[in-house]
Amino acid sequence: MADTIELRDIEVWDGNMAASHALRQVQVDVVAAYPITPSTPIVEGYAGFKANGYVDGEFVMTESEHGAMSCCIGAAAAGGRVATATSSQGFALMLETLYSASGMRLPIVLNLVNRAIGAPLNVNGDHSDMYMGRDSGWIQFGAYSPQEAYDLNFIAFKVSEDHDVRLPAIVNQDGFMTSHTAQGVHTLSDEAAFNFVGEYKPMNDMLDLDHPVTHGVQTEEDWHFEHKARQQHALMTAVIPKIEAAFDEFEKLTGRKYNIVESYSMDDAEVAVICMGTSVETAREVAEEMRANGVKAGVVGIRVFRPWPLEQIAAVLKNVKAVGLLDRSSPHGAMGALYNEVAGSLFNTDTKAVLTNYIYGLGGRDLTKAHLVSIFTELKANADAGKPTTPLQQYIGLRGPKLSFF
Amino acid sequence: MLEIRWHSRAGQGAVTGAKGLADVVSTTGKHVQAFAFYGSAKRGAAMTAYNRVDDKVVMNHEKFMRPDYVLVIDPALVYVADITANEKDNTIYIVTTHMSTEELIASQPKLAGKKVYTVDCIKIAQETIGKAIPNTPMLGALMKVSDMYDIEFFKESMFKVLKKLPQKIIDANMIAIQRAYDEVK
Repeated sequence: MADTIELRDIEVWDGNMAASHALRQVQVDVVAAYPITPSTPIVEGYAGFKANGYVDGEFVMTESEHGAMSCCIGAAAAGGRVATATSSQGFALMLETLYSASGMRLPIVLNLVNRAIGAPLNVNGDHSDMYMGRDSGWIQFGAYSPQEAYDLNFIAFKVSEDHDVRLPAIVNQDGFMTSHTAQGVHTLSDEAAFNFVGEYKPMNDMLDLDHPVTHGVQTEEDWHFEHKARQQHALMTAVIPKIEAAFDEFEKLTGRKYNIVESYSMDDAEVAVICMGTSVETAREVAEEMRANGVKAGVVGIRVFRPWPLEQIAAVLKNVKAVGLLDRSSPHGAMGALYNEVAGSLFNTDTKAVLTNYIYGLGGRDLTKAHLVSIFTELKANADAGKPTTPLQQYIGLRGPKLSFF
Repeated sequence: MLEIRWHSRAGQGAVTGAKGLADVVSTTGKHVQAFAFYGSAKRGAAMTAYNRVDDKVVMNHEKFMRPDYVLVIDPALVYVADITANEKDNTIYIVTTHMSTEELIASQPKLAGKKVYTVDCIKIAQETIGKAIPNTPMLGALMKVSDMYDIEFFKESMFKVLKKLPQKIIDANMIAIQRAYDEVK
């Protein structure tokens, strides 16, 4: 039996330490990993817990991220609670196996510490890796702070392992800005944390030798489409209600309330920015300052990136006049993903808000409060004019001449 | 909001110092943030670390900061790093050096007219901890200059932060903190 750790009510942890403790507290059966910056301390910390007797499960160091996720898939198919962590190029190398995990309907929790994807090589935070996993069939949660990186791990296990869901889940946190930034984290006791997620209940597990099953089968034209349709059906119908139920239960336990779409000062907002990660919190602070100067500014944070909360987004933006969509990933030949997703969410509604797209923060480039003030100011001009007064896609925080498209 | 910027070389313990300070401040009910710019993280490379302290949850995640305090824990960085970057009118500098404050300002004129304090954290660390790890003594100096916490309370709190280290090292750190508190000018 693993030893417990007496945590203080508030620990000063960075996002990596918070995620590492969450994995320890839910007593994962198998963590298979190949460490990569900035996610390394998650599995390093977990290996330390294992070595010091705080974990009963197995820790497997693999030869690559492809091997790490393959090992996770094997362990999950065998019938264990499974988790890992990675970033950037490591996530890219996992990509093939991510589709296997979701297609085989295996609950696995992946802590993705968001980092730029090279070239050029860069270890700092942006959302390129998160965006790369968009269509992989994984549930994707977004944390804005170390506290949320901790909390959302519990939610992720609970939802992912639900027998009506059976889909893997990613918990995103910003590389360095969350993963290496220490802040106060309200902790759960080991017992309360474990009880929230509960004992792992296997389903179709290969180690149940009385009920033999096959995993990872081949289906051609005859059944492939039906399998993919069932996967989509689960993502589109089962997941959001289960997440909402988990959020409610978590609020009862901790008092901390999460929502599928987080909205701040949106009730009477004329202008709003929509973003993910730490930018949400910085934008909230700037929105408050804009309100003190007479601009009715609000912020929408994406808490669940996949499945995409189309109806919730449309509802929260109902009365807004101008929206800035902030993408922390190079769209490489298109409008940013948030722009496209939000435009798609609003198109068949009565909301005719002016939408503009901002690309920012690539490779860890700072998003300053001054940048956000200028964005809100432009959005106010769009709201007043009832049409875009700027190009549709602008680069923010870029050195040299301004860059914009459309 | 109180904001602090550390100038250090990778390996001198600025990150540990910033996190240790955050740990202590957090126990007093305030909200904290501690982070650093790593770059390629080569030992000896110039780097910066940061603290934010506030009465409410720190939501600002921008790296840009106009610091209230600048803590320099490597003497040479006064000349090779931009330690006055984004300063305010009343930014206070605490610099590790073997020189007096007057000698330091004479050697780096851009510090002239600013609130500058000096203390030899490197020497203190070498004589107490036995290694040139100037982070904890710098915190002792900060306590003196800022009057943030009573020094006995601070040492008690740091004792808890360092509790996983061998007793000998903890004791040496306590002496180093007190010496820097007494010696900063």
